[in-house]
Amino acid sequence: MDSVKHLRFDVAVVGAGPAGIAAALAAADSGRTIGLIDDNPTAGGQIWRGAYNSARPSASSIWFDRLNKSAVQIVRGARVFHAAAGELAAESDDSVIQISYGKLILATGARELFLPFPGWTLPNVMGAGGLQAFVKSGLEISGKRIVVAGTGPLLLAVAAYASKCGAKVIGICEQTTRPKMARFGLKMMLIPDKAAEALRFAYNLRSIPHWTDCWPVAAFGNRRLETVRISRQGQTSEIACDYLACGFHLIPNLELPRMCGCRLRESFVAVDEYQQTSVSGIFCAGEPTGIGGLELALVEGEIAGYAATNWEDRAKHLFAKRARHQKVVRILQDAFPLRPELKNLARPDTLVCRCEDVPHERLCEHASWRAAKLHARCGMGPCQGRICAPAAEFLFGWQIDSVRPPLFPVRCSSLVALSSHSAPRN
Amino acid sequence: MNKPAEVVIVGAGIVGAACALELSAEGLRVLVIDESFTSAGSTGAAMGHIVVMGDSEAQFAITRYSQILWDDMRDQFPTSVEFDPCGTLWVAADEEEMREVRRKFDYYRERGVSAEILDSQQVRDAEPHLRAPLAGGLRVPGDSVVYPPCAAEFLLQKARALGARVIQAQPVAAIGKGVARLADGTVFAAGFIVNAAGQSAPKLSPGINIKPRKGHLVITDRYPNFLQHQVVELGYLKSAHSLTSDSVAFNVQPRKTGQILIGSSRQYDAENSAVDESILARMLQRAFEYMPDLSFLSAIRVWTGFRPATPDKLPLIGPSPQDPSVLVAAGHEGLGITTSLATAKLICAQILGQRPAIPIQPYLPSRQIAAEAHV
Amino acid sequence: MSESISVRVNGKIVSVRAGSTVAVAVLASGATCRVSVTGQHRSPLCGMGTCFECRVAINGEPQRRSCQVLCEANMEIETNG
Repeated sequence: MDSVKHLRFDVAVVGAGPAGIAAALAAADSGRTIGLIDDNPTAGGQIWRGAYNSARPSASSIWFDRLNKSAVQIVRGARVFHAAAGELAAESDDSVIQISYGKLILATGARELFLPFPGWTLPNVMGAGGLQAFVKSGLEISGKRIVVAGTGPLLLAVAAYASKCGAKVIGICEQTTRPKMARFGLKMMLIPDKAAEALRFAYNLRSIPHWTDCWPVAAFGNRRLETVRISRQGQTSEIACDYLACGFHLIPNLELPRMCGCRLRESFVAVDEYQQTSVSGIFCAGEPTGIGGLELALVEGEIAGYAATNWEDRAKHLFAKRARHQKVVRILQDAFPLRPELKNLARPDTLVCRCEDVPHERLCEHASWRAAKLHARCGMGPCQGRICAPAAEFLFGWQIDSVRPPLFPVRCSSLVALSSHSAPRN
Repeated sequence: MNKPAEVVIVGAGIVGAACALELSAEGLRVLVIDESFTSAGSTGAAMGHIVVMGDSEAQFAITRYSQILWDDMRDQFPTSVEFDPCGTLWVAADEEEMREVRRKFDYYRERGVSAEILDSQQVRDAEPHLRAPLAGGLRVPGDSVVYPPCAAEFLLQKARALGARVIQAQPVAAIGKGVARLADGTVFAAGFIVNAAGQSAPKLSPGINIKPRKGHLVITDRYPNFLQHQVVELGYLKSAHSLTSDSVAFNVQPRKTGQILIGSSRQYDAENSAVDESILARMLQRAFEYMPDLSFLSAIRVWTGFRPATPDKLPLIGPSPQDPSVLVAAGHEGLGITTSLATAKLICAQILGQRPAIPIQPYLPSRQIAAEAHV
Repeated sequence: MSESISVRVNGKIVSVRAGSTVAVAVLASGATCRVSVTGQHRSPLCGMGTCFECRVAINGEPQRRSCQVLCEANMEIETNG
């Protein structure tokens, strides 16, 4: 049987991306015990993946430096699968970790929205953030031909990064319209910290074609991706490539906040000005409160860290900075709405659920997510619907149902360790 | 313009679906009304074990009758129904339970149900992941497994092909006196109304005693060839017998996908569908006692369901005490999938005034009026 | 200059940069991670532990999410297709 470790922190932070790191450090200023829990082998989340051990200095270095020098206890490789009042249960490779906390800060980040199209399950079709994550985790892409597609500023970041790593980025296919894209660029320029970043992007991407009103229609290949067919302002064309990095913006990871009983507002975790959720003592920072990018995540994390340690003054000091960066949330929503044509990319035999290989036509037979799950098995696989449920929501307008433990697949023995928890909030 | 239905069935779970098919096959015009979508209730949470049980003559009669009916249909099932004639392996942990094995063997043999007594070595040969030593077991090869939501949907599709109509997402507010009235006020008149509303049956037929008995199930990732039979501990019988305390019993099932379904638990006065961590832990620990390797498998989902239970553990199949035009077909506890087809036959026989294939007395709802009220 | 690590993917030696994940080693070897329930070859999609396409056996232990495991020298990695 697994060993069970017990940890106790005054403040537990779940998610060691930028928001979580900022929250942990802010909370650590109080001298209280702080735990930073993440399911990856090293801290950094998605955007700072692989940077933790990197010798190359980067924007994240300062933060990692502070983290290393702080008294924050980092709990790596620990996947939180259950939450009850005052306690979390996490599973690592060889044990179950029961974490009791005084205050909880949820910084669970976001994942990409994947929309099915013919061939999207071919090897080397990856998320946009997905490809970036693999490159940051050691994938060599020098000389490889890459098409970046989907929507949102992540595409620009991925294209710039891939290019810097020596890949041949053939083009960026952005589904939004040209006017929306232009307005996005202009608005970002008006935000002080963003202007420099925007110009840097424009420079780095100067030789990469950027196509608006453009999206992937199909991917082809024998055992792996060989060609992508794109639709560009009504015309289709085919591009030979090695990788398709495709993601349609980000969706918040709400499973743990929902299990904790946090109320949602417009599909994000509702928080007050101190980043406190509807549950007293539970805070939330970063993408789960609204997709707003790195700078917003950092300041929200800091506010949450101070608020969780009763340092309201310090938190208040950051409100103005947060307000500036919060503009990004609205700008992103306005600039990158998903166009209806994307609902028609899937053919009847296009798989929607990859875990169970459930095609689009089987989902069409049902009127709700629950019915589709029970009868067609979509969402019944190990990803627990993380990939297919958001797609189904977009394609069919279905409301996705409630969250049950375990939040991730865990060893059966780990479920036994839950027995000492009290009943979860609903 | 549709002719009005001759029978309205409330509930499109496995029992309602089976009744719809049986009645349609007899040429009756059937309308099925479900408050949600088919199998949204207990059927969607059920294990799908088709098992002959011998706790009483009445229980044996209906489970055996129904198991034969499932077997007769097996060639018709599409793959989605996942019909698997894997058989049941009852395992005995000690000599007392081995006595029960022998009793069951004799009982089944007398009644023409094929069974085989296994000793300690044989039971482990049959299921290598069982821990040693166990006293032995009883293999019942005629039992099988289905995937309940798709089984119910299949029955319903066949019923539709025979002219049955199905209305979903429409709660029924009241039934009686030849009428079913929806919550939105729409009224359907029919000669007979079948109350196959599972958990909600008492709401529609006040006076019948059905209480929810909460259960938990865990499903794992795919591990093909891990398990060959549905494996159940004989102590299960002690668990199912208890009327008052929460209990767990080892009960695992191989699904055709290669996933393992792990159960089972029974709780009373637990009407909240949230996962109860402590009984879940007990249930799994019980399972690990019999099959330690289960502890290493990856659990993908945990869910709960409610078995509609009657005090004497037999279903209610027959006229409601208040209104003979309403036939109750509910209260099947943990044998709903198994006995659904037989239930449909018995309901049909009663509607058509034909002689039922097995004695109907033990299942008549009127018996509950005669009996003392149980909690 | 970062060091490299050698691991074996389906018996074949693969060299990756230190700090690389097992998923990257599999990608670098040209293998796919798994075969889906209808027989499609699959490689990782999300890079962050949510899609489960990257599951492989690592040192005999099956169904490990390889995008969240760092390569260690001489690791034995077996894909399912």
